[in-house]
Amino acid sequence: MTAKKTEDFERPDGRGITEMRPITAKVGVVPNADGSAMFSFGDTVAIAAVYGPKKMHPQHSQNPEKGTLRCNYNMISFSVNDRIRPGPSRRSQEISKVTEWALEPAVMLDNYPNMVIDVHIQILQANASTRCAGINAAAMALAHAGIPMKEMVSSVSIGKLDKTLVVDVNKKEEDWEEGEGATDIAMSFTSNSDKITHMQLDGHITTEQLEEAMKLGREATRKIYEIQKRTLKDIEIMEGVEE
Amino acid sequence: MTDEEYERKIVIPGEIIAEGDDYLPGEGTEKKEGKIYSLRYGLADEQNKLVKIIPLSGVYQPRRGNVVIGKVELLTYNGWVIDIGTAENAFLSLMEVPRFVNKDALEEVMDIGDLVVAKVWNINRRGIDLSIKIRGLGKIDEGIVVKINPNKVPRVIGKEGSMISLVKDKTNCNITVGQNGLIWIKGQRIEDELKAKEAINFITEKSFVKGLTDEVTKWFDEAK
Repeated sequence: MTAKKTEDFERPDGRGITEMRPITAKVGVVPNADGSAMFSFGDTVAIAAVYGPKKMHPQHSQNPEKGTLRCNYNMISFSVNDRIRPGPSRRSQEISKVTEWALEPAVMLDNYPNMVIDVHIQILQANASTRCAGINAAAMALAHAGIPMKEMVSSVSIGKLDKTLVVDVNKKEEDWEEGEGATDIAMSFTSNSDKITHMQLDGHITTEQLEEAMKLGREATRKIYEIQKRTLKDIEIMEGVEE
Repeated sequence: MTDEEYERKIVIPGEIIAEGDDYLPGEGTEKKEGKIYSLRYGLADEQNKLVKIIPLSGVYQPRRGNVVIGKVELLTYNGWVIDIGTAENAFLSLMEVPRFVNKDALEEVMDIGDLVVAKVWNINRRGIDLSIKIRGLGKIDEGIVVKINPNKVPRVIGKEGSMISLVKDKTNCNITVGQNGLIWIKGQRIEDELKAKEAINFITEKSFVKGLTDEVTKWFDEAK
């Protein structure tokens, strides 16, 4: 990578700067859902379950033009070291909305007027990048539920620790305090058209470095896409045995 | 198993299934710049240059001409609202019933909770319309109804109905398979019906096995 003085930067967990944490993914983890998936970056574990398309209730929130994608992001109270208060919070509501926007461009909702597709994302374990893990899991779960989609969505977080850009930040890196401190950029890309469907930035960054970060993100999401693809393709045998 | 002669592979949304102008995009696919992309998760199938996706999962999508089994949800002044397991409830109009119905006593024909075999004759933006004008359709009075995963219905029917006729022969039951995953079994004796139900459950469990028809034949011989 284009790292000048950052080449010998050492990450707290000894990863290379473009190295992601070990990723595991699984499809069909929630038997009662129409589609489900699990996705994890190291210790961050997200489970997504898709229900629908089903009729939207209450009726006044129906959209007769196209279907609605409704995401619900929730961190389970034991997902972090200090127990978090269960239930919706300001933060989880925002992430739910952002997840919706990240996935919507890929999902073809035109065929489902007055209907809703519910996506429930549960964070079982959190070690930063939870929204990225959630989006990845949700994209897989939507595909697994047989929802028509133009393409897949993959998400990753890029961090800037002092002056160095790193891929897939964990909690320790998110709280980086040396030098310029930490900047955390969560971003999602579509698989074919390579468009950005979601980007959030927390911290400070120069335009040049942001472009660099996007390049890193694009490369990392391609790897994630390959994992999502492989997991979805491997499923049939597993599902057959289970059912 | 239906047919495994040509290698079908699982595709995911956005994947390129075929390239070149001689291929035609079928159900669940899209053609863009000479390439055929998959729009949903399932098995890619190609027949006579027509590429389509066979769904593996997801909720039942009604299609015109499908025979379905549903439950009466509501009586309206001109018909019945029927739940066939789709997002939108289906409607069976009085006009689509081949007999005289007293408009003030719809419940005499079908009441809430009754099961009915019907055909999807129209799907539009307003909803799904059902009909029972054809022979063999109508209210279910006797027998049992089994529910399976709608994605496994093709397995239960088999290639050109081979699987279902095997079960029918072996159990002496009359079986109607609704495309929405409900199966109506009616036999002379309750034992026959239960046998048929067991067989159907066996088929859905083993739906991934190759040469399933032979497997089921074996299962019947052993169970005797």
